[in-house]
Amino acid sequence: MSYLFETFKGWKAYCEEKDVPLYQPVLEYEVDQKGKEEGAIREGILRAYRVMREAVETGLKEDMTSRSGMINNGAKKVYNHKLSVLSPEFQKLISRALAAKEVNSCMGRVVAAPTAGASGILPGTLYTLQEIHDLPDESIVEGLLVGAGIALIIEQNASLAGAVGGCQAETGSAAAMASGAMVYCLGGSIEQVFNAVGITIQCMLGLVCDPVAGLVEIPCVVRNASAAAIANSSAQIALADVDAVIPVDECVEAMGEIGASMENKYKETALGGLAATLTGQQIAKRVLIQDIEILPDEELPE
Amino acid sequence: MAGKSSVFDMIGPVMIGPSSSHTAGVVRIGRAAIRVLGGIPDEALITFYNSFARTYEGHGSDRAIIGGLLDMKTDDDRIKTAFEVAKEKGLQYSFKSIGNASVYHPNTVKVNLTKGTKKVEVIGESLGGGLINISKVDGFNADFSAQAHTLIIKAQDVSGAIAFISSVIAQEKTNIATMSVSRKGKNDIACHVIEMDSGLQPITIEYLKSLPWIKELIYIPDIDL
Ligand code: SF4
Repeated sequence: MSYLFETFKGWKAYCEEKDVPLYQPVLEYEVDQKGKEEGAIREGILRAYRVMREAVETGLKEDMTSRSGMINNGAKKVYNHKLSVLSPEFQKLISRALAAKEVNSCMGRVVAAPTAGASGILPGTLYTLQEIHDLPDESIVEGLLVGAGIALIIEQNASLAGAVGGCQAETGSAAAMASGAMVYCLGGSIEQVFNAVGITIQCMLGLVCDPVAGLVEIPCVVRNASAAAIANSSAQIALADVDAVIPVDECVEAMGEIGASMENKYKETALGGLAATLTGQQIAKRVLIQDIEILPDEELPE
Repeated sequence: MAGKSSVFDMIGPVMIGPSSSHTAGVVRIGRAAIRVLGGIPDEALITFYNSFARTYEGHGSDRAIIGGLLDMKTDDDRIKTAFEVAKEKGLQYSFKSIGNASVYHPNTVKVNLTKGTKKVEVIGESLGGGLINISKVDGFNADFSAQAHTLIIKAQDVSGAIAFISSVIAQEKTNIATMSVSRKGKNDIACHVIEMDSGLQPITIEYLKSLPWIKELIYIPDIDL
């Protein structure tokens, strides 16, 4: 019987008892649950990673203007800007996370990981990590499997959907997956991987989902960049053996608790936060369809 | 399909943005609808309801539905240019928005399709994560997910019909996942919708079609293939 990804504690105990790396139970889970073969699973993940890389490259190359006009080639501007705030690597990290997410906002092909709204975070972080540390694809695939295990647990104990748990559930979960994957790829211990996840969740807690005009553009695109940055800062902290203090399972619990008590207007309904600002409402008026037949309250459609 | 999430739900699906419920799900509704029609339509009237009604342009659900009606898959990058492809293929389309339709799910789309003399009406709901429910076909309650293989049979309301159809399917050793029957008013036609885990052989389909009390049979294999 494979491990069912109920808690991080259980995942760790399973790996220690069987003396297997973190990604192994994820593979076994998929074999058991979905009847696939290990080779096919690795291949599928590698294919997904290729799509992620393509999204980064497309976003930095092709025109990325969204239908609403709110997204307008931001990633390219960041990539080509002459002044680096920290380092050229940081600049690349940020522009790549933006790029993949812009592709998503502009109807290009992405991997929803875990959701479409957060589709820039794993591509931005892993592309950059692979480049800086010269990692083989094989190692990134294992990192992504670890990321999938992280998401499976968050899905069970909190949520991955903005409409259920706010943006912490989408970009927060993606950042947690990325951070854990990165520490794994850099040879971190199980303890360090889980600390990275816990610390990332601590940084992303409480983030509401408030997309302007209900479109997955503002603030979603810039949040993919900030989530990528937080994934990196948490990985750096965790690799140095700094403890998250609150165990990762309890961090996930906190995320679930906050998500449950979040008001509806902060859950993708575009009724609160940035969506409810004066400018947010003006944009909504401009980009949303006004020519609607509104049925009277009690009448049923034919 | 209940059960545990797949690793490929966490890292995936590969899709055309921006949102799984507004694009991927809508493409799949389109793909299901043309299988009900039996081909790419010449004409399509598309009605977006409720929360879809205002946002369909911004989310690209308009291109998504046309892409689906042209049999594009959810990860086909031609979806972005679906309007141009529709022009090339001679598909005429128009859109309508209706709000406040309280009997419908928030993300509902209705398509009225015409191909030659054949007309169908299909109503689909996009449930999130690309999952869909086809709620109605030609006014009959359908309620299928189009994830498995689906059989829609419009037949005279004869006694023993359900048992007979299921026994024929059982011969193929395929599992029936769900089965429902609905009637429109006091009409003598019943609509059977059967979702099966695996496909049927053409000969079984032909046999069912040849029965005099079966008026119409639509077979929809897994729409993502
Ligand atoms: S704000 Fe909402 S729609 Fe945008 S990325 Fe966050 S959860 Fe997704």
